[in-house]
Amino acid sequence: MSTHTLSVLVENKPGVLARVAGLFSRRGFNIESLAVGPTEHDDVSRMTIVVSVDELPLEQVTKQLNKLVNVIKIVEMEPSAAVRRELVLVKVRADLSVRSQVLETVQLFRAKVVDVAPDAVTVEATGTRDKLDALIRMLEPFGIRELVQSGMVALGRGPRSITDRSLRALDRTA
Amino acid sequence: MSSQITGAQSLVLSLEAAGADVVFGIPGGAILPAYDPLYDAERLRHILVRHEQGAGHAAEGYAQATGRVGVCIATSGPGATNLVTPIADAYMDSVPLVAITGQVPSAAIGTDAFQEADICGITLPITKHNFLVASADDIPRTIAEAFHLASTGRPGPVLVDLPKDILQATTSVLPADIWPPTLCLPGYRPVTRPHGKQIREAARMISAARRPVLYVGGGVLKARAAAELRTLAELTGIPVVTTLMARGAFPDSHPQHLGMPGMHGSVAAVTALQKSDLLIALGARFDDRVTGRLASFAPKAAVIHADIDPAEIGKNRVADVPIVGDCREVINDLVAALQGEPRADLAGWWRQVDGWRRTYPLGYDLPTDGSVAPQYVIERLGRIAGPQALYVAGVGQHQMWAAQFISYENPYTWLNSGGLGTMGYAVPAAMGAKVGRPDATVWAIDGDGCFQMTNQELATCALEGIPIKVAIINNGSLGMVRQWQTLFYDQRYSNTDLGTRPDSAGTSAGTGGGPGAGSASGAPRGTRRVPDFVRLAEALGCVGMRCESPDEVDATIDKAMAIDDAPVVVDFVVHRDAMVWPMVAAGASNDDIRIARDIAPDFDYEEL
Repeated sequence: MSTHTLSVLVENKPGVLARVAGLFSRRGFNIESLAVGPTEHDDVSRMTIVVSVDELPLEQVTKQLNKLVNVIKIVEMEPSAAVRRELVLVKVRADLSVRSQVLETVQLFRAKVVDVAPDAVTVEATGTRDKLDALIRMLEPFGIRELVQSGMVALGRGPRSITDRSLRALDRTA
Repeated sequence: MSSQITGAQSLVLSLEAAGADVVFGIPGGAILPAYDPLYDAERLRHILVRHEQGAGHAAEGYAQATGRVGVCIATSGPGATNLVTPIADAYMDSVPLVAITGQVPSAAIGTDAFQEADICGITLPITKHNFLVASADDIPRTIAEAFHLASTGRPGPVLVDLPKDILQATTSVLPADIWPPTLCLPGYRPVTRPHGKQIREAARMISAARRPVLYVGGGVLKARAAAELRTLAELTGIPVVTTLMARGAFPDSHPQHLGMPGMHGSVAAVTALQKSDLLIALGARFDDRVTGRLASFAPKAAVIHADIDPAEIGKNRVADVPIVGDCREVINDLVAALQGEPRADLAGWWRQVDGWRRTYPLGYDLPTDGSVAPQYVIERLGRIAGPQALYVAGVGQHQMWAAQFISYENPYTWLNSGGLGTMGYAVPAAMGAKVGRPDATVWAIDGDGCFQMTNQELATCALEGIPIKVAIINNGSLGMVRQWQTLFYDQRYSNTDLGTRPDSAGTSAGTGGGPGAGSASGAPRGTRRVPDFVRLAEALGCVGMRCESPDEVDATIDKAMAIDDAPVVVDFVVHRDAMVWPMVAAGASNDDIRIARDIAPDFDYEEL
């Protein structure tokens, strides 16, 4: 099995997330992460879905996704040709005795502290999966009290936009 | 503004504008506003069914018989959930269906209101698409989109859920002013035109193949391409098999037709696929009931797979030449491309195929005890009612016999529940088919088990003047399950005896007593029929008849054929141990086809 990142443009309508998520579960595919949000076009939302599947089942899931009426376009993001980022917020124990060490680690990863309490700091970091895993590993010895991560978002490198053509299709039917 | 209408009026006007002439349904609280303008509708006939499942199957039967979109309507909650089975059925068999459901008022959605069910959520996996309408202004566009989605591309069911307040609201958007409304479906672009390069590659492979087979599925009927298929078959001289969903797409009497492939297919059809070097799959989906064990299905064959749904191609079997497109366009393009190609010599292949066909024709044994063979009833029915009649089957043994022993010469004369295998499909679907094709003779061929699931629609038929004919193939049991119990469960007939005839026990062995347990009802075995189908038919306003002897079969069918002013139900009491053969056991390879219990064909023919 290999990991694939799909960028899925969908109509910004109620229930679309349920349609997409339901399709993955009933066809037996596991979603590793899913992030969804609005795009530069009001009528279009973009999902970034990370799945772990072989090549043939991936083709099948893409075709099934394409059959959903609210799905406008699906593009697989090749790792080398896309910028892929996740965000993590992590609350680390940091009383006075270790705070400077925690801050040093945060700086090493170009992360930042977004909240401070007497015995804890909250760290915000973005990056690739590998970088965030490494950061979490380094913070673990201090004691992680709470951790939350976003799904991955990805954007193709270079000047081209995958929404361009789809927007033209939208305009034609509007 | 002078011209304001209600959402309910908009719904009825939109259905009419979309081309609907009949809707099958039952009113209830949430959909009640829609029934007021329906009362005055002049172009739209509403047929009041007795159960929403009947409405759904009737709409399916109407659609499958006519090629038009079938429409059913139900109220919220239980009305809507009763439509779930026919919607799932239409999804599996790609039937164009629009289901209209009432919903609790918008403000009550999500509050567990009386008769609330999230029918859009429930039908998400079994509809091509569904809509929860948010404004009365949107009704015309939504109905137009629903009909467009249901009937184009790969057809399927579409549900439109209408909250009661939306039906009651007023709108100044008049369907007549804006029809046809502009559709807003940016993500829906079915590909109908096949790719020229793929067509040329397919034509090249077809002309080079030595043992090709045209594997024809229901998509050919959906594309209304029966005539084109015949042209292609006769141009190439290639053997044709038609799946359960494609019976009638190619005349059974045609010399190139080998019959139906699959679990209960003919030896010639199953074996030709197995030995083939090229499968030309047209609108077929390599269903497990056709392929048997997938890994050993047609192991030497290259595959050309044409379908309008790209997701079907490569789903079960890798295609060497995938062709996405409407089957009629694909076939037309193939015919054009093949004109310039050399014709392969298939004489050796035909010698082999004819050998299987000659040696292993479909057949059945006549019972030695003087009882009626179920296959005989169905065969005579097909002969007497003829190739212009429509035959609508339930699910089980009688369905397989009806697929095997009736000669289908015309498309859209065979209706059944193939993918979902819905017992109870026959009576309501036959009703819908008769409404769509009032001049045709429509025979439902049903089992005694299936019939008891939906026979209440005979009341609808009697009152609405829909004179269908029903042949109950009554073996007193859930016959197909019983056949499996005979073959695979050591003849332990757990809960398959229905007691619909005097010689059945009328109890289910196994409910505590186990094998050999006697009747728990008190009445001695051999005197009761529960229900008595003749009296049940009469109670439902139909003519009831019974036939228990082979000598009476023709006369009984003739008598039923002569009645055209009322529905007719014939209780054919048949031999109870008859089995469907040939058979490939579930999960077995098609190479292990059996023509009778423990008897395999002897393929002692020279390999090409």
